[in-house]
Amino acid sequence: MKNPLEAPLHQAFADRDLARALLKDIHALAGRLGRPLRIMEVCGTHTVAIRRAGIPSLLPDNLILISGPGCPVCVTPTGYVDNALALLQRPRLVVASFGDMLKVPGSNGDSLARHLGGGRVRVLYSPAELPRLAAELGEPLVFLAIGFETTIPTIAAALLKAEEQARENLFLYTAFKTVPAALAALLAGRERSLDAFLLPGHVSVIIGEEPYRLLEGPGGVPGVIAGFEPLDILDGILAALRQVTAGERRVENRYSRAVRPGGNPKARSVIAEVLEPCDALWRGLGTIPDSGMRLRERFRHRDAALRFDFPEVTNAEPPGCSCALVLQGLAAPADCPLFGDTCTPERPVGPCMVSSEGSCAASYRYGDRAP
Amino acid sequence: MSAGGGAERITLEHGSGGALSRALTEELIYPLFRSPEYPELSDASELRMEGRSFLTTDTYVVDPPEFPGGDIGTLAVYGTCNDLAVCGARPRYLTLGLVLEEGLCLELLRRVLASVREAAAAADVRVITGDTKVVPAGKGGGVYINTAGLGRAITDVPLSARRIRPGDCVLVSAPVGSHGLAVLAAREGLPVAGALRSDCALLYPLCSSLCGLGEELRFMRDATRGGVAAVLNETVGGGRHGMAVRERDVPIDRTVAAAADLLGLNPLEVANEGVLVAVTSPEAAAQALALLREHPLGTRAAAVGTITEANPGKVVLETVVGGRRILDLPRGLLLPRIC
Amino acid sequence: MCLAIPMQIKSLESDGTATVVRDDLEARVDVSLIESPQLGAYVIVHAGYAIEVLDLEEAQLRLEMFRTMAESQAPGAE
Repeated sequence: MKNPLEAPLHQAFADRDLARALLKDIHALAGRLGRPLRIMEVCGTHTVAIRRAGIPSLLPDNLILISGPGCPVCVTPTGYVDNALALLQRPRLVVASFGDMLKVPGSNGDSLARHLGGGRVRVLYSPAELPRLAAELGEPLVFLAIGFETTIPTIAAALLKAEEQARENLFLYTAFKTVPAALAALLAGRERSLDAFLLPGHVSVIIGEEPYRLLEGPGGVPGVIAGFEPLDILDGILAALRQVTAGERRVENRYSRAVRPGGNPKARSVIAEVLEPCDALWRGLGTIPDSGMRLRERFRHRDAALRFDFPEVTNAEPPGCSCALVLQGLAAPADCPLFGDTCTPERPVGPCMVSSEGSCAASYRYGDRAP
Repeated sequence: MSAGGGAERITLEHGSGGALSRALTEELIYPLFRSPEYPELSDASELRMEGRSFLTTDTYVVDPPEFPGGDIGTLAVYGTCNDLAVCGARPRYLTLGLVLEEGLCLELLRRVLASVREAAAAADVRVITGDTKVVPAGKGGGVYINTAGLGRAITDVPLSARRIRPGDCVLVSAPVGSHGLAVLAAREGLPVAGALRSDCALLYPLCSSLCGLGEELRFMRDATRGGVAAVLNETVGGGRHGMAVRERDVPIDRTVAAAADLLGLNPLEVANEGVLVAVTSPEAAAQALALLREHPLGTRAAAVGTITEANPGKVVLETVVGGRRILDLPRGLLLPRIC
Repeated sequence: MCLAIPMQIKSLESDGTATVVRDDLEARVDVSLIESPQLGAYVIVHAGYAIEVLDLEEAQLRLEMFRTMAESQAPGAE
């Protein structure tokens, strides 16, 4: 099957002239609307993609993109990291994690990254490595299972494989989060106006359009499913502005090359086989009902929190940290008294600065508007 | 061969100064580096050098010690030679300090030493003295190398970032991001096959070529850890000028770009070992590019940016799609992302 | 939270994995999360798994949409 596009996909969707065209319409609509416009992007990958492409510098002055809580590292409470670090006290146990979690400091400033090189902490690019790694190691292997719906099925699939191969030494320390419940909480809690959501393209690949219907009800706002290339993001923004102009409130899929209306049923069935919804504690936002996932009864023996008897994780914000507000879009990074002085990427205080896709880290590193 | 006393692996005894140490140095190391001028590699070697000289030192730690495109030995030689070359010096002599981890496989050591010799020969430098120590197991990635390098000045121009002026051109000699990605993929066993190779290379020929530009050449640096982003920031770090860089002009290999996208890394922030960044006057830029492109290592050299009065101390990137944002110093470890 | 890129299926293995390629970079990914993976299909790869098949026609249509918009903005085109 040859690619019918003239250029590779990523190049085609970064075309400068087409970007200019989209921006022209964005400026025209924003100009006509006249008032401050706020669009929240609910995905750390969008936060980074937007800033890497320099999009804030191209947008009209009255249009602001706010980063939401779609950064799995940012919304994982410190207690989770503390528990993961405590595992290293036990002899003969290996902790495996995606690279994203490694630099997150626990309450005492320690991080998993500091324990690399001793063989007790392993970085994984893919959960697919877990069954093999479990087979290689005799000792217990605990995987830090964080992520949203894009990642959840991959970990579920790996767990099923480990079951199949009877790798009894694989455990998951779960901190899964799901997006739609978080959107409901954001809509309910907002004191400042929000005009639209830019919805996470790859989460939507898995869940489809239906779970976002709540946005179409009373108190809702337009929700545009967008991809991650520059043209995808601009197109998503334009679609949101068109809806705002027309007074509409629809879930709109602008990432149709990847997102089917019904999402990926096979991936969802893999999730459903292994996991069930549960309440989850979001750093900054508190407990949101049905916003997490936990292992089903028949896999509960692989739950690391149970197996290793972890203390319950609570939310404890460092004094002065405004992450709770920043994660909800109620404060900008620059509004936080700690931003840039006490709290920097080298010495992060709160989660928004820790993760490279956190709002504060992104703001610090890439700048906010045109430099 | 009884090098190391017939053992397969390095033991603490190899570092003790006794018979086994002697066997290691005399049978494994000296034969590779003896020359008519230096028939014995003694504790200190005498040398004479005419004119102004430069001295540099660097220590090499890389995990894994062998990777596609090179090994720690190649790095240790080329890296130190490149540090001299970018200062406008022809590398002449090297020291070779080895810190070996107990348990290191002798075969690996042999291969690394052979790479040192090969690279030194290619760079036309002499390894004239050195030292070997052994540390207990668990303290290293097998082998650490320290080299000091001595070079002779080939230009009177004091190459320095202090000489840059608004309007000056910023050039990059070769595609970026290869080394760091190749090493990361090898170290983490990432499921990406074959295509990634370190660009580890000697930059002296490119540097000496550019020195022919005289005063029009302001400054050179090899882009190593922290990638091109680190060097560009270092260039304007003095805070007197800024830099505007055009993302679409930075040369990058498509395969490396694909790997970077897959792993969530920015090629501008990934280490190189064969990329030169040079700043020239605007008048000399075209000629500088022509000089670079004459060399096999510089065929994809490109002008990527300009020194500006605006935004002092900062590197402002014009993105592929026409936006503008700060290109920051890379921070923290290079790790693959899934988010 | 959704870092993923399109790559093309170069070969399918019997163990539920496939070799995918983009610009001569090959990777081994798990394809058990998508229905009937085909040789030559473009898939979205996240954390070592293919999570969906890319619809190239839709991609083409969207780019066409952008081009039409650009053309209609050209001076005198109104």
